[in-house]
Amino acid sequence: MNATEKDLPQLEESFIEEAERIISQYPVSKRSASLPLLHLWQRHFGFVSPQGVQWIAEKLDLEPIAVEEIATFYPMIRQRPLGHYQFKVCRTLSCALAGSYEIFEYIKKSCKTVNEVGHHVYVSEDGKFSVEFVECLAACGNAPVMMLNEEEWMDVTQTKIDAILNHLIREKRKEEF
Amino acid sequence: MAKAEYRLILKHADEPGYTVDIDCYLSHGGYQVLKKALAMPPDQIIQEVKISGLRGRGGAGFPTGVKWGFINHEKNTKPVYLLCNADESEPGTFKDRQIIYKDPHQLIEGMVISAYANRAHLAYIYIRGEFAKGAEILEKALAEARERNFLGKNILGSGYELEIYVFRGAGAYICGEETGLIESLEGKRAYPRIKPPYFPAVLGLYMCPTIVNNVETLCHVKHIVEMGGAEYARIGTPNNTGTRIWCVSGDVNKPGYYEYPCGAITFGELLYEVCGGIRNGNKLKAVIPGGSSAKVLRADKKYKIPKKKEDGSTEIVEMGLEDIPLDFDTVAATGSMSGSGGIIVMDHTRDMVECLRNIAEFYAHESCGQCTPCREGSLWMKKMLDRICTGGGRPEDSKLLLEVANHIAGRTICAFGEACSWPVQSFVEMFGEEFEAKQRKESSLEILEPLTNRTA
Ligand SMILES: Cc1cc2nc3c(=O)[nH]c(=O)nc-3n(C[C@H](O)[C@H](O)[C@H](O)COP(=O)(O)O)c2cc1C
Ligand code: SF4
Ligand code: FES
Repeated sequence: MNATEKDLPQLEESFIEEAERIISQYPVSKRSASLPLLHLWQRHFGFVSPQGVQWIAEKLDLEPIAVEEIATFYPMIRQRPLGHYQFKVCRTLSCALAGSYEIFEYIKKSCKTVNEVGHHVYVSEDGKFSVEFVECLAACGNAPVMMLNEEEWMDVTQTKIDAILNHLIREKRKEEF
Repeated sequence: MAKAEYRLILKHADEPGYTVDIDCYLSHGGYQVLKKALAMPPDQIIQEVKISGLRGRGGAGFPTGVKWGFINHEKNTKPVYLLCNADESEPGTFKDRQIIYKDPHQLIEGMVISAYANRAHLAYIYIRGEFAKGAEILEKALAEARERNFLGKNILGSGYELEIYVFRGAGAYICGEETGLIESLEGKRAYPRIKPPYFPAVLGLYMCPTIVNNVETLCHVKHIVEMGGAEYARIGTPNNTGTRIWCVSGDVNKPGYYEYPCGAITFGELLYEVCGGIRNGNKLKAVIPGGSSAKVLRADKKYKIPKKKEDGSTEIVEMGLEDIPLDFDTVAATGSMSGSGGIIVMDHTRDMVECLRNIAEFYAHESCGQCTPCREGSLWMKKMLDRICTGGGRPEDSKLLLEVANHIAGRTICAFGEACSWPVQSFVEMFGEEFEAKQRKESSLEILEPLTNRTA
C-alpha cells in the first residue's frame, strides 16, 4: 500500500483489485492503464480529483503530470462533479436536423439547469441534474440521440423526456425518504 | 420495390432470437472459420485477403492485404500488435455499433484470424468511451471466447496464442485517427504522429509493427477465409469488392443501416426506394456521402464519371447524383468519397450555411491542437460561420472561408486537416449563392428552417 492509499480510506479492496486487473491487461507498458484507471476512478467517485490523479500516478510509477495531462485532454474525464443525472445530448448534424437543439433547450427548462458551468454545460441549482452537448454518438439513424449517464436513448422526443424525468423524480423521492 | 439487401456482415444481427451469447454464435456456425484458418499457413490467409481485394471500411479504403504485406515476417524480430479501431467517431456513421452490440463474436472471430495471419499475440479493441454498453458486451464475449479456448494459450490445440483486451476511449474524435489511437493506447494524449512512417505496420504501438483495422474490415476477413478470396471478390465490382454497410441519416423517411454489395445500388435507389424517400415529400437538396468529412454533393448537379467500356477504354459520362452507384471509386470520381459509409441527407428546406456551421463546430471542438493551421483555422472558420448565421455576414466572407480552408488541407500532421477543410470548401463551392445571399443579408432564404433556435 502506498502513501496515498492510506490517505484514502474509501478505497475498497475490490477497487484496488479491479485496478490491478486492469493494469495486468497492459503487460508491455503500465502507462497504457492511465486512461482505463481514470475511467475506473470516475465511475466510483463521479469525477477525477487531484487525489485520484496522484493515486493513479503512484500506481503506474508515473509523474502526476503525466496522468493530469490525460485527464485534461479527454472530454469524458471530468475534474469536478456534475449532476447526479447527466444528460448528454448529441449536437452534431444528423441530430441537429432532427431537432436536438430543441431537445437540449427542453431538458434545460424541465430540469431547471440554470447554472452554466462550462461551454454548453448546465447544472441545476440542487446539483441533481446536468445537461450538456456532446458530439456524434454514432447512432445518427435514430436521431435525436442522447445519453443519460451511461445509458443511450434513441429517437428522443419531449414526451420521452417527460416520462424519463417523472421516473427519475419518483426514484429520487424513494432515495430521500 | 426496393432492391433486397445482401447481408453478409449483418446476416444475423437483427434476426429475432439472435443474441450476443457464444452459444447462439456457435449454433450459427460460429468459430468454424477460425478452425479452418488455424489449419492454414498465415501467409496463405494474407494471400487470400489480397486476392479478395478487401478495402478498409474505416474511411480511407486502403487495401487490407497490401497493409498486411508491409510487415516483413522473415526480418522482423519485434512483437506484432493488432488493433481494432472501434472508435466509430465520424459523424453520420453507425455501422460498427451494429456489429459490436449485436454480433460481437463475429468481430472476435475475425480478429483472432487476422491476428494469427499477422503473427500478433496481443490485440486491443479501441472502443469509443460512449459505447459503455458495447464495451461490456465485448468484455463478456471475450471472456466466453477465452473459456472455450478460442483465445488464450494454445488456441484449439494449434499452438497459437492470443489475448485480446478492450480499451475504452473518452470522447475525443481524434482517437479514430490510427496514430492518435496508438498514442492514446500508450497512455498519452491522442496526438497523431508525424508521418513518415506512413503506416503503423512499420512503427506502431510501443514502436513495434502494428496493424490497425476497422471493426467491419476485420469481420470481412472472416468471410474471406470462409469463402476464399476469389469467391469473395465476385461480390461487388472490380476494385470495389464485397458488401458495404451504408448508414443513412438526416431527411429521409426511413433512416437506418443497409448492407449491399459495392456498386449494387445507386443513391437514388437507396434514398427513394430503400429509405422511403425524402421526409414530408420534400425535394432532395444535398448529400454528404461518407461521413461529415466527405465533400457535400449537390442533388441538381451533373458529375463527370469515368466509365470502363467493353473494349477496356474509358469514357467520361455525365451522371446525376441519383444515378451514381454506391461504391468506393465512383463516389470518389465525384470529387468526394464514400469514406466511412455515413450518408447524411438534406432536403430543400435546409439552410446550407447553418448545416456547415454545425459541421464546423464539430471540427473546431475536435482539433487536437498540435498543428497551427488546423487548431486556428478550424476555430476561425467556425467563428466566421457563427457570425454569418447571426446576421453579421460580409460580402467577402465566402472568399475568406475558402482561403482559410485552403491553407489547412495538406499542411498538417494528420488527415483531420483535410477532414475539416473539405466540408467548408465543398459547401461554399456547391452552394455559393446561399452563402452570398446570407452575407448580403437577403431575406429570400427565410423559408429555410434554422437548424438551431439559439442565438449565439
Ligand atoms: C480524423 C480521423 C478520424 C478517423 N476516425 C476513424 C474511426 O472512427 N474509425 C475507423 O475505423 N477509422 C477512422 N479513421 C481512419 C483510421 O485512421 C484508419 O485509417 C483505419 O482505422 C484503418 O482501418 P481500415 O484500413 O480497416 O479502414 C479516421 C481517420 C482520421 C484522419
Ligand atoms: S491536423 Fe489537426 S487533428 Fe491532426 S494532428 Fe494536426 S491539429 Fe491535430
Ligand atoms: S449526429 Fe447525433 S448520433 Fe450522430
